[in-house]
Amino acid sequence: MSLTNVFNIAGTGMNAQSIRLNTTASNLANAQTVSSSIDETYKARKPWFQVLEKQWDDVDRLNRKLEIRSQVGDGVKIAGIVESDAPLQKRYEPFHPMADEEGYVLYPNVNVVEEMTDMISSSRSYQMNVEMMKTAKQMLQRTLTLGQ
Amino acid sequence: MSALGFKNSLGIHPTTMQLRASRAEVLANNLANADTPNYKARDFDFNAMLEAESRRSLEMNVTDERHQRGTVNVDSELMYRNPYQPSIDGNTVDTQMEQSFYTENALRYNASFQFLNSKFKGLKNALSSQ
Repeated sequence: MSLTNVFNIAGTGMNAQSIRLNTTASNLANAQTVSSSIDETYKARKPWFQVLEKQWDDVDRLNRKLEIRSQVGDGVKIAGIVESDAPLQKRYEPFHPMADEEGYVLYPNVNVVEEMTDMISSSRSYQMNVEMMKTAKQMLQRTLTLGQ
Repeated sequence: MSALGFKNSLGIHPTTMQLRASRAEVLANNLANADTPNYKARDFDFNAMLEAESRRSLEMNVTDERHQRGTVNVDSELMYRNPYQPSIDGNTVDTQMEQSFYTENALRYNASFQFLNSKFKGLKNALSSQ
């Protein structure tokens, strides 16, 4: 039944968006986490979205009607979380406790403006997935009343 | 042909509902992948699919993957949508458009449901002795 698949798809979407929101929260929380070496400095983390491919089923394959569905993915997945390659911000703060010998401290490469827009975008996408699930639920509930 | 067989009296509506549900899945997948880089939005030609489905009675059974399909197998696979405004990450999902398609699809599903339901009501009426 393809309508129940909409629940799965919306679920994967909500999951992916909430992970994205988590990385944003982590980036924003660590936006001012300084350090004196490049390796120790926090780097902005970004989720990597990918299409969740449908698991092939032999019974599905034989049924022509199911064939159109098998070409569709099964929602979205997070393939991984990558750290940003953007350069770290080096600031001259000689009186900072974390400053190196030359008086520099390293700030993470978190772009706060970008993170804020990302946050709004993921929250909207999350809402959209919820609405999608709501609609599918209504459709299924109506179908259950067939013949009554 | 009697009007009281299930196949004759229900008409096109069961097939329509099935296809609408399939399309809901395709569109839901587009919406879920609205933020996936390089994802291409998909959809199928509903009318062509419906026509193919309603002519399916002529088709041969397929019990093995290598079997040839029947002659009426209209090539109506999933197609890629032409984006109104392509985005820089290669994603072609136009969220607002997809959302409107999804809602429209759901409404039409409900319409088909309404028709089917009244057909069943009619059948029930005919069956009950008054």
